[in-house]
Amino acid sequence: MSSLDTMYQELIMDHARHPHGKNLARAFDGESFQVNPTCGDRIQLRVRLDGVPGELVLAEVTWDGQGCSISQAAASMMKDLVEGRPLEEVAALMDNFNQLMHSRGKGIDEAVADSLEDAISLEGVSRYPMRVKCALLGWMALKDAAAKATAGDSSPAHIPEGI
Amino acid sequence: MTGSSALSDRELTAIRGDFPILGRRLESGHELVYLDSGATSQRPRVVMDTMRDFSSQHNASVHRGAHSLASEATDAFEEARAQIAGFVGADTAELVFTSGTTGAINLLTASLGAASGGRGQGLGRRFAILPGDRIVVTQAEHHSNLVPWQELAARTGAELVWLRVAESGRLRLDDLPSVINSRTRVLAFTHASNVTGAVTDVVEVVAAARRAGALTVLDAAQSVPHLPVDLPGLGVDFAAFSAHKMLGPNGVGALYGRSELLEALPPGFTGGSMVEIVTMREATFLPPPNRFEAGTQAVAEAIGWAAAVDYLTHLGMDRVAAHEHELTQRLLDGVTELDAVRILGPTDAKARLGTVAVDVEGVHAHDVGQYLDAQGIAVRVGHHCAQPVHRALGVQASTRASLGVYNTAAEVDQFIEALGQVRSYFGVGS
Ligand SMILES: Cc1ncc(COP(=O)(O)O)c(C=O)c1O
Repeated sequence: MSSLDTMYQELIMDHARHPHGKNLARAFDGESFQVNPTCGDRIQLRVRLDGVPGELVLAEVTWDGQGCSISQAAASMMKDLVEGRPLEEVAALMDNFNQLMHSRGKGIDEAVADSLEDAISLEGVSRYPMRVKCALLGWMALKDAAAKATAGDSSPAHIPEGI
Repeated sequence: MTGSSALSDRELTAIRGDFPILGRRLESGHELVYLDSGATSQRPRVVMDTMRDFSSQHNASVHRGAHSLASEATDAFEEARAQIAGFVGADTAELVFTSGTTGAINLLTASLGAASGGRGQGLGRRFAILPGDRIVVTQAEHHSNLVPWQELAARTGAELVWLRVAESGRLRLDDLPSVINSRTRVLAFTHASNVTGAVTDVVEVVAAARRAGALTVLDAAQSVPHLPVDLPGLGVDFAAFSAHKMLGPNGVGALYGRSELLEALPPGFTGGSMVEIVTMREATFLPPPNRFEAGTQAVAEAIGWAAAVDYLTHLGMDRVAAHEHELTQRLLDGVTELDAVRILGPTDAKARLGTVAVDVEGVHAHDVGQYLDAQGIAVRVGHHCAQPVHRALGVQASTRASLGVYNTAAEVDQFIEALGQVRSYFGVGS
């Protein structure tokens, strides 16, 4: 496969065309709005938590946004990967995905790769540093929304006027 | 553009030979097709050689020190200034070196801000911007000719108003009377959009601004590299442009100002090399242009820029424009033939540069760019530092091909062919 085909494999294109979780839930415990400054792509993401402090679980992740196929697929795969997991596990997965994105196509530890499920298919993106930001957009929003939810801040995210 | 003959194949081959980078083969195995001159142009060998010669034989700080090298460097720097000023029809003292277009506009807004804060005594008062005054910009601006004006408006209490862009991508000049009122102090606008490629009718805008007594500020970053431009002839008060878009190096550009205005304007940046006498309480300033050149200057870059200007002058800007005009026509015709590809900007080559941004229906610009890059074609994707004009044209991001004097018809055809394959690669349409 050419590196272009690796980057745009069928699984990625399927997620991009039919993204999971791209349907903002009304109720949320934390919300984030993030943009990719190079292209203006954006994501609005909401999370709901379950459980008691110390044992919180990421009960729901929904989002909306505009972006390239990589950003859309990455957000869709992220939802599948993290939903229903304890926050601690989510944080570990986030580290793993970051590691994958910064691997520059040189490969990563097998256990780390296995932990990422479908999202491992985004490995090809790591060869294109300019595109890594696209793949991380949803994850940035998740990190922010989860932090807000954990801190009890359920205020709506600021969305710039006239955007 | 004016019937002047375009370049012959032989001339074009010779020109391409002057640019080492155009012979590069990329990691993908493809030969480079460079269609991103709107972001930054490539450099001919003479620019690099001139800079290397300066660094290896003449390097010294200018306007400081009296040793032989300092005097050689100062002479070369001032000669560069004269040459670049001449290239845009200006007097030498009307050309202030800056770090680029962005640097020039920020220098100007800082200087207007200083005047608004009471600096510049009596003469500076004409530049003061007061609460309730109006600053007019346009929706087509690059962020560097928009954000500094937003900031100046916020600092002074002025109102920021803008001229809109029509669906065609051209500015709606018919609206000028409604956006310019008697309190309009500044009208800042682009000569050529780095997204739509549309060239503004400067004379018409200047006439409207003059009637209201407003200063005009022209963003000439995209026009000076591609068209013969005579700034005094256009009648603008100030203008800004960058070396790196006109075959020169990064890190240098210029603010042009009509001499009468520069004489009266207080400096926005201050420090070494722009003063006469400094006591612990105050300082007196040098006359322009040095008044506006605080700190150590980018001397090798300025001299390299002059070499680029010399190179363009030898080619002749009318012939550069004629060559690019032919390619622009070919590019527009080719893209128009493609299904589901929309040109953001005028679809005919008249009053337009070879900067062609497109929206491919159903495929995000990043994905388009990635596909082209895999074939060695370098284009820009994203919003190109001009979010508002994208929003005005109903898109978030676009894919932009922008031509330079060294591009060929074959390269344009390659781009069109590849662009035509994008939708099927990503499985949309048909
Ligand atoms: C129209 C326009 N204005 C301003 C700029 C800013 O120029 P620079 O980045 O050299 O300061 C650019 C290019 O980036 C441009 O295309």
